[in-house]
Amino acid sequence: MTYEVRAGDIEHGGSVSARIKTDLIEAGVSPSVARRAGIVSFEAEMNLIVYSTAGGTIAVAVESEFIVIRVEDRGPGIEDIKLAMTPGYSTAPDWATDLGFGAGMGLFNMKRNADRFEIESRVGEGTRIACWIQKDDSAGRPLHKEAQ
Amino acid sequence: MTVADVVDRLGLAVLTNESDLGREVTGGVASDLLSYVLGTGAPGQIWVTVQHHTNVVAVAQVAGLAAVLLADGRMPDEAARTRAASEGVILLQSDERAFDLAGRLYRLLAEPR
Repeated sequence: MTYEVRAGDIEHGGSVSARIKTDLIEAGVSPSVARRAGIVSFEAEMNLIVYSTAGGTIAVAVESEFIVIRVEDRGPGIEDIKLAMTPGYSTAPDWATDLGFGAGMGLFNMKRNADRFEIESRVGEGTRIACWIQKDDSAGRPLHKEAQ
Repeated sequence: MTVADVVDRLGLAVLTNESDLGREVTGGVASDLLSYVLGTGAPGQIWVTVQHHTNVVAVAQVAGLAAVLLADGRMPDEAARTRAASEGVILLQSDERAFDLAGRLYRLLAEPR
């Protein structure tokens, strides 16, 4: 399932991720795994709303072993990914920080809740992120204390 | 301890989903930064905040929080209230300051049972 997220559409912010979490639970995914997928989706959704120039897409696929979440936008791109991944670092505009966005934890939270995380970005072109979340959490995988 | 117990002991107003107050409370989280709550919060917690817009409801739903406690007299806008009601998110409210509410909630949850 692929969802479109519009840039600046703060009013509907979180509605895509809320639906993703609910749909996954209905599809039989465990609540803790659906929660992690929901958090990854929420951060992606908010990044598209607050930072992207023209919105983007969130695609969710339930595969045999993993839930795969792919996020794509068409800019502006991230200049320094390592810096953007650092907790506390944010380039959020004032209107967004007033609403409690821009904690500088978005990408960090995505990586932390995923078993595998990939990001590539080109300034002027866009950003692509892919997250894999293991469906079987019976081993009780603890969250990474710190995303590397 | 349930949300109903917390409502009763702290004298809170219940704005949405009054029929769900039997939910178990596992702890609390206090912040006005949404991603901080997603990063550090845990399912079943009560979130103390002065943010009162619709995205707060989404965070509570995604994070599986027991309830959101709006401090300092903050009231949700109509969109937030409607979304909370339909998404099963309990919105609580108090005129007390966030610090005082967090402190009282902490003490309440620390009581021996």
